[in-house]
Amino acid sequence: MNTLLRTACHPWHTAHGGRMVDFAGWEMPVQYSSIVAEHRAVRQAAGLFDIAHMGRLKFNGPDAVRFLDHLLTNEVASLKMGQVRYALVCQENGGVLDDVLVYRFPETHLLVVNASNRLKILDWIAQNQASFDCQVQDCTESHFMLALQGPLSLSLLQPLTDIPLEPMGYYFGAPASVLGQPALVSRTGYTGEDGYEVIVEADQGLKLWETLLAAGASAGVLPAGLGCRDTLRLEAAMPLYGHELNENVDPLTAGLGFAVKLKKPDFIGRAALEAIKATPNRPVRVGLELTGKRIAREGSLVFAGDQQVGNVTSGTFSPTLEKSISMAYVNPVQSSVGSTVDVDIRGQRVAATVVKLPFYQRAVK
Amino acid sequence: MDLKSLKYARTHEWILVEGDSATVGISDFAVKSLTDLVFVQLPAAGRKLKAKETFGVVESVKAASDLYSPVAGDVVASNAKLEGDLGLLSDDPYEKGWMIKLKITDPAALANLMDHVAYEAFCASEAH
Repeated sequence: MNTLLRTACHPWHTAHGGRMVDFAGWEMPVQYSSIVAEHRAVRQAAGLFDIAHMGRLKFNGPDAVRFLDHLLTNEVASLKMGQVRYALVCQENGGVLDDVLVYRFPETHLLVVNASNRLKILDWIAQNQASFDCQVQDCTESHFMLALQGPLSLSLLQPLTDIPLEPMGYYFGAPASVLGQPALVSRTGYTGEDGYEVIVEADQGLKLWETLLAAGASAGVLPAGLGCRDTLRLEAAMPLYGHELNENVDPLTAGLGFAVKLKKPDFIGRAALEAIKATPNRPVRVGLELTGKRIAREGSLVFAGDQQVGNVTSGTFSPTLEKSISMAYVNPVQSSVGSTVDVDIRGQRVAATVVKLPFYQRAVK
Repeated sequence: MDLKSLKYARTHEWILVEGDSATVGISDFAVKSLTDLVFVQLPAAGRKLKAKETFGVVESVKAASDLYSPVAGDVVASNAKLEGDLGLLSDDPYEKGWMIKLKITDPAALANLMDHVAYEAFCASEAH
């Protein structure tokens, strides 16, 4: 039997009703109270997520930037100090190996990868590193990472740190002192809300976790599990590797062209992506709003009349909209907003309408 | 409801047997495991069920779960109120949250069900 990895806050989760599941080799909380309650806390107050299972890889050395630009579809060389970008790691044929965030910090570049792909990406790095003078250090187990997400995040985190958080732009980060300890703080997240992600040394994780929850408890801040992380990212129409993305999907078809810089002279998958871009009639990633309350799950087929025109990659009941929503790949003919299709849910056809993505967008101040 | 008077299936349905009549629902353990219920579908009266046959589905945000009849029987009634108010199921799974009433056509499968003590032990083992 494989031993599951545990984060620094594992004992807290089990002591506080966390329902623990095997997630990508880690024993992680899927929920503490209810997915819907935790989801609403994030939208209305704040939620605290243990995301220490995410892979954290530091790139250093003279060729670190050049190597990252070779591995990633988005531009690394043009990152401003502190800037964070979403990017894909592609194979030569354009298929997605992972979707990642790359951070430029003063002393290092950081790559945050999906827990489920960490070992695969470490292998991929080793396979492609020959001509680059770069050291890659896996800091996943030596460090802890949390996400504080929701409108109260700024006011909760600010008193614990020595850097002003308000001026920090979305998708920027900085080294900071948090509870007097070295940390990396960024204004990033996977929920569609404003919020911060914080990396500290593993032995500091539990104290930071408990301090944030104690500070926010009276304002309705909740610990939040992977269950609501999924419903939140789905409302925000963010792709999830293993659902919208896999090695047989390319980022252009996935609607992630904003993170693919074909003007870069070289990166793995560039030639294939250029050819894919010129290919007509590729499937399109769309949002579906279903009639009724039944939930279409990954693999549900999408029909126009008797003809199969697509398949569902993720579905849930949206706590914010109180509607059954899905993301799906469909033929371009059915992809325009307002198109009507049917989704097969366990043998029953349910009518659905193509709607604009994201399903949910926070009001920007 | 005296839970000790019920019998339980490994798929977490409970059944109350009174002569050749039975009432079927799902346990509090099942309801708490699902949480965040969004949908339930139950059969119309008249449907003939074999033991372990699917009679409906209950869905939560997390997953869809089929409902299995613990015994062979004809559906006499189903609890139409549940579809409009899943709170009845989550708050009171043994009384107001009942799902179907059956006229038992073959009681043989009842012998394979767990009593309350065995079911509690079964749930404790599943929770780990």
